Amino acid sequence: MKVNVDFDLCESNAVCMAVAPETFEVRDDDFLYVLNENPPAEHHEKVREAAERCPKQAITLEDV
Amino acid sequence: MVIGDEPHRPYDRPPLSKEFLTGPYDEDRLLLRPTADPANLDFTLKLGRKAIELDVEQGRVMLDDGEVITYEGLVIATGAQPRRLPASAGAEGASGLHVLRSLDDARSLREDLHPGKRVLVVGAGFIGAEVAASARQMGCEVTLIDLASAPLDRVLDSASGMAIADLHRSNGVDVRLEVALDHVEVDEGGRVKRSVLSSGDVVAIDTVVVGIGVVPNTGWLSGSGLTVDDGVVADETCLAAPRVVVAGDVAKWPNRSFGGRMMRVEQWDNAIDQGGYAGRRIVAAIKGDALATPVEPYAPIPWFWSDQYDRKIQLAGMPTERAELMQGAVADRQFVKAFLDEDDVVQGVLCWNRPRQAVLGRQLVAAGESVAAARERLG
Ligand SMILES: Cc1cc2nc3c(=O)[nH]c(=O)nc-3n(C[C@H](O)[C@H](O)[C@H](O)COP(=O)(O)OP(=O)(O)OC[C@H]3O[C@@H](n4cnc5c(N)ncnc54)[C@H](O)[C@@H]3O)c2cc1C
Ligand code: SF4
Repeated sequence: MKVNVDFDLCESNAVCMAVAPETFEVRDDDFLYVLNENPPAEHHEKVREAAERCPKQAITLEDV
Repeated sequence: MVIGDEPHRPYDRPPLSKEFLTGPYDEDRLLLRPTADPANLDFTLKLGRKAIELDVEQGRVMLDDGEVITYEGLVIATGAQPRRLPASAGAEGASGLHVLRSLDDARSLREDLHPGKRVLVVGAGFIGAEVAASARQMGCEVTLIDLASAPLDRVLDSASGMAIADLHRSNGVDVRLEVALDHVEVDEGGRVKRSVLSSGDVVAIDTVVVGIGVVPNTGWLSGSGLTVDDGVVADETCLAAPRVVVAGDVAKWPNRSFGGRMMRVEQWDNAIDQGGYAGRRIVAAIKGDALATPVEPYAPIPWFWSDQYDRKIQLAGMPTERAELMQGAVADRQFVKAFLDEDDVVQGVLCWNRPRQAVLGRQLVAAGESVAAARERLG
């Protein structure tokens, strides 16, 4: 799985971080950082939930 | 099967008062699951059809076109509708008068937001405040009025509410508090032209937006036997009857995270979360083991955001009378504030342009942490 974030859409509200903190982190500079663009299998479910939950639909996932 | 009375494909409401009014989002951007093929879903979607009656005993829902749907399990998620002005306001049916809930509402309001137009926003709750900000960004002259002594009176402490008033004033909005709309005068063409306030002040207007709260959509449930009291009342697990669950703005249930307080939450995140829970709950109920085996109660820490101008305002949990500033300064409009109960346990965290702290704050509330832990982690 490859995680893509459209940073033009992202509004740094950290919903994804609440769901999948291993993969997404909003830092004090108010930007979202993807900690791991190719998360391991055990995190896939949370990452999918984060993508679904993102209010801006800024996260897209690719199967690789 | 999903039944909804709006003709549109399922869409997202929050942008309706924000990016859709100010321009950057078109209608396609509002769609939920934009890439899904409506003709090829793994459920049936009946749009533009209204449920008008429920028979809980027989497990039947009647639709407005006469069709009767029988169910094994029912999820009630009919949301809420805007409260309207009383007839005494004299504006009924006038053009230029708006509420904002649906895509249709937003389309028609968007038509009226042009530079120089005079817009009166009645009610400084979230919808009113966001519409005021968007109208201002579209170059309108905006007056925002509210009966309360501070905006967002229902959801924020008064100091934070006054910070919202300041935010709007510094962006050129005429904010007037402790004043109501008395009535609206309409011109020969049937369009709103003047508003008279309870103070006696007269404000010339081209458009009025009414944002005075919402009423749960429960009219179709009268006679169903379900308990309706400002929402459909359910138990800790969102069950309103043996095979009926509730979710979203219409649902009222005791939230164990807040001592079993009866809650009805009008927030996006809860609608998603409770919807998912309700789906799982109803499957358990249909399988029949649910009433025998205990189901985890639905006990979320509510969370919402609101965008106004360049500010992102987020509240996790519930505000209380006792607030302590964790970082930043209210005057700078960038701060984190914790709300405490009598025992200094964190009940809520308010963040202005501090999204990361909103996530941390929600975790603190969920864990029942005290103010000391909050100072350490949010400071
Ligand atoms: C303009 C606007 C901006 C918002 N911004 C934010 C925000 O920034 N942050 C936030 O947290 N929340 C925000 N919200 C709130 C959020 O959108 C709601 O909490 C959420 O939409 C609730 O979802 P729901 O499914 O419970 O109800 P709804 O979204 O109201 O959906 C209910 C649906 O059921 C339909 N319906 C009603 N009765 C019947 C019937 N008898 N038969 C068939 N269909 C029926 C309705 O027409 C509607 O389509 C905003 C809301 C609005 C209107
Ligand atoms: S949930 Fe979406 S908008 Fe929010 S920080 Fe994550 S990617 Fe950005």
